[in-house]
Amino acid sequence: MENKYAIESNNLSIHYGSYTAVKNVSVKIQPQKITAIIGPSGCGKSTLLRALNRMNDFVPGCHVTGELFLQGQNLYGNQIDPVEVRRKIGMVFQKPNPFPKSIYENIAWGARINGFKGKMDELVEQSLRSAALWDEVKDKLQESAYALSGGQQQRLCIARTIAIQPEIILMDEPASALDPISTLRIEELMQELKKNYTIIIVTHNMQQAARASDFTAMMMIDDNRAGGVIEFDETKKIFTRPSDKRTEDYVTGRFG
Amino acid sequence: MKEETLNLKTLETQSFRQFDLKKKRRTGESIIQTLLFLAGILSIFVTIAIVYELGKEAMLFFNDPDVTLGKFFGTTKWQPGIGQYGIWALVSATLVTSFIAILISLPLGLASAIYLSEYASFKARSILKPILEILAGIPTVVYGYFALLFITPILKSIIGEQLQVYNMLSAGIVMGIMILPLISSMSEDALSAVPRSLREAAYAMGATKVETSLQVVLPAALSGIGAALIIGISRAVGETMIVAVAAGSGPNFSFNPLDAAETMTGHIARISGGDLSYNSIDYTSLFAIALMLFLLTLVLNLISQWIVNRFRERYE
Amino acid sequence: MYTNNHYPQDQDFRQALSGRYRTATIWQGLFLSALLIAIISLTALIYNVVDGAFGYVAFDYKKDPAEFTSTPLTELTQDELIIILKDNLSSGAYKKLENEKPMQKRSQAELYTLFLERLVQLDTKETWSMTNSLMNSEKIKAEVAEKYPTATLEFRSWLTPQFLVTPMSSKAEFAGVRTAVLGSLWLVGIAILFSLPIGTGAAIYLQEYAPKNWLTGIIQTNINNLAGVPSIVYGMLGLAIFVRVMEPLTSGALFGVTDSNGRTVLSAGLTMGVLVLPLIIINAQEAIKAVPDSLRQAAYGVGATRWQAVWYHVLPNALPGILTGSILALSRALGETAPLIVVGASTFISLDPQSPFSKFTALPIQIYQWTTRAQSEFHAIAAGAIVVLLVLLLTLNATAVLLRNRFQRRW
Repeated sequence: MENKYAIESNNLSIHYGSYTAVKNVSVKIQPQKITAIIGPSGCGKSTLLRALNRMNDFVPGCHVTGELFLQGQNLYGNQIDPVEVRRKIGMVFQKPNPFPKSIYENIAWGARINGFKGKMDELVEQSLRSAALWDEVKDKLQESAYALSGGQQQRLCIARTIAIQPEIILMDEPASALDPISTLRIEELMQELKKNYTIIIVTHNMQQAARASDFTAMMMIDDNRAGGVIEFDETKKIFTRPSDKRTEDYVTGRFG
Repeated sequence: MKEETLNLKTLETQSFRQFDLKKKRRTGESIIQTLLFLAGILSIFVTIAIVYELGKEAMLFFNDPDVTLGKFFGTTKWQPGIGQYGIWALVSATLVTSFIAILISLPLGLASAIYLSEYASFKARSILKPILEILAGIPTVVYGYFALLFITPILKSIIGEQLQVYNMLSAGIVMGIMILPLISSMSEDALSAVPRSLREAAYAMGATKVETSLQVVLPAALSGIGAALIIGISRAVGETMIVAVAAGSGPNFSFNPLDAAETMTGHIARISGGDLSYNSIDYTSLFAIALMLFLLTLVLNLISQWIVNRFRERYE
Repeated sequence: MYTNNHYPQDQDFRQALSGRYRTATIWQGLFLSALLIAIISLTALIYNVVDGAFGYVAFDYKKDPAEFTSTPLTELTQDELIIILKDNLSSGAYKKLENEKPMQKRSQAELYTLFLERLVQLDTKETWSMTNSLMNSEKIKAEVAEKYPTATLEFRSWLTPQFLVTPMSSKAEFAGVRTAVLGSLWLVGIAILFSLPIGTGAAIYLQEYAPKNWLTGIIQTNINNLAGVPSIVYGMLGLAIFVRVMEPLTSGALFGVTDSNGRTVLSAGLTMGVLVLPLIIINAQEAIKAVPDSLRQAAYGVGATRWQAVWYHVLPNALPGILTGSILALSRALGETAPLIVVGASTFISLDPQSPFSKFTALPIQIYQWTTRAQSEFHAIAAGAIVVLLVLLLTLNATAVLLRNRFQRRW
């Protein structure tokens, strides 16, 4: 079976109890591209992102309807193991959240629990190199990850995710807690990473979406406060000649 | 290290390897989860065991043809060995000592809570709070020693000969000191849960600090303070060692705090400490008393929790 | 324009205000004095205990030491004492002592105590508190000279190193807290072995696994309630379950121990374990709650299972908090008295607890026993035992505070 898309959703809806937070999302994400999810705050961007690797399993009262396919397997099917899903779809969070351990351990731990049998030192080095962090930390691998700057911590979190070799990396506003220079480095890194990985990033920063992504999904809430994807297309097109009026208003800053 | 020796994505050209996301059997994980669940549910069994065991023995007591509910709640002499089953002989002492304890601990606890929450500087708090914590951490048997050998002699020199060596007054006072930290810390929690905006509103209308504390903050925290009071009563009713040491040994239906008398808890401690044969009426009667104690404190604790929860919802 | 002539103006207002400030000061004084009363109470309590543990004691010998030896009492050697004891004790009594602990292995101090206790029969006439002894020294001396002409008056510390290592005795002068301290340690040890794993497990279940449903709600409410059940009720539970129902286990009969009933240190320790269980659970829950969610998410994000996230990240970070809570629960167990009385602590035993199936006594039990005796010398050793107990508690709590400060984390 040939899979054209990295991940594919079909009428995916996310509910909290009786309230529907995200409604009927059907998107097909291209492999080895960066897809940005944009939209006003509260429109369910992060909720949707977390649904992609079943992180919302931990939110009490949250349940998902519809289908989400990774390689022809519905991630919300009965037989699916959420731990396996998260191992294949890694995630980088809004605020850097390294483990309170050494830099080395931050990377080695995920590999170890996932049964990595290779040479750990090499994995750590390669992951750090891929995350463009190696040169800065190679002499202090045994020091606490908390000693790093915010931007370095976030790149460490990316390295940690790369180390378990996922198919897809989800990024939830990964640069929102960082200064402009660190932000730029993360964006450069994303361009590097997309050679090997599919990246889906939530951002509230329009310029970031425009500069860094290949595809953009525009989300908006409807009258029932349920978010949905109103337009999904190549980034170029979204930012130059969007087909939806609301998208145009939003990307040109005329929104609200 | 040479870079070309490594490449994480050696399989990158065929990026979409087949893999299986089907659920794995994680036996260890399931066993652990079961064990944790058992640990969590054990507390329920403790409660069931308490109710069952106390209830079973208490039933034996009440099933004795000699024991009637009329006698139990209607008479004032307690000596199961010779057929006297008037629980009031013990309840009276419990009421008197608890009442004195609350009389002492409520105003003192509340006043210190107001001082700590509204007045004390950060530094003063950091000294005063630990003192209250130490007071709360002293074993009750030590309080018993203090009541018998310090407070009672002092009271004797004030009141004179009417005060018996063992008396409810001294035990009640010391119990009040023991409960003070509890009431204080619970009231302080209630006071500090009152939103700042309320205080600021009062200040903005020209109120002084005391006017704000007593007329705005205190009424707003009243339900939390009520919860503290109820927990305090529950603690006083269940307290054993102070009364066992200082209040007297021997049931005595009296509401005079200068008299010696035995509380429900004190009675259980004294009788069970002696030689006691299982299945005797003395033995089963203790369980009847304990069951009453348990139910009484349970109701008090539940009311208090209910108040606290309601109160919390209002401000959060 | 609205004229506010219903309000006091200028001078009047200022006057009224100063009145309000006076009231404010008075109230503030009242609030503060409540705290002062608490401080005074604590001071009085500690003073009371220390005051009782030292002071004059007037004692007499029922038999003249000269009947047994010509050597001055202070110069008696170990060998001399053994000879004296052998010569003057009945052979049965001597044999019994020899069986308990061979005479040659006893120290000079131990033998001297035997000499005083068994032969000359030291007899305490009266004791005085420390303050009294220091303030009214002359008066006491005169009083003793008149009332007990043959008695010796001595300033004594009831709290001595000897007091810590001597077992129980029926005479206050020769009693110590060794048996009681060992009993307390056994108790607390058994209690923590029982309640720490179960309590932590329950806390993990409630914080990390439990679904939000009615059962979880009941468990949580139930735990909060159990924390408020009077300790004596736990004693009754222990008596019914551990002492009676589980007697074959707690008496050690299942393991071939024959000379014991259910009133063992094991029964008491388990009772204490059940008593502190809710405290441990609540404390551990707080500690687990304090571990930030981002850490769990980070672990899940790299494909950890729930237990891996708990075991490798949540628990290590919550551990200082869990341990601090356990130490506080321990100190609660160390001071509890009522359940031990009910479960059946022995009031008089002088043998160290050897196994979980031994009869036992505990420090608070001794304090209770001695405090309720009529003779003042027992009150003095009760004070000594209280000092020992309070020092133990202080050590535990200081450890807890140190632990808390040492491992305090900023996230």
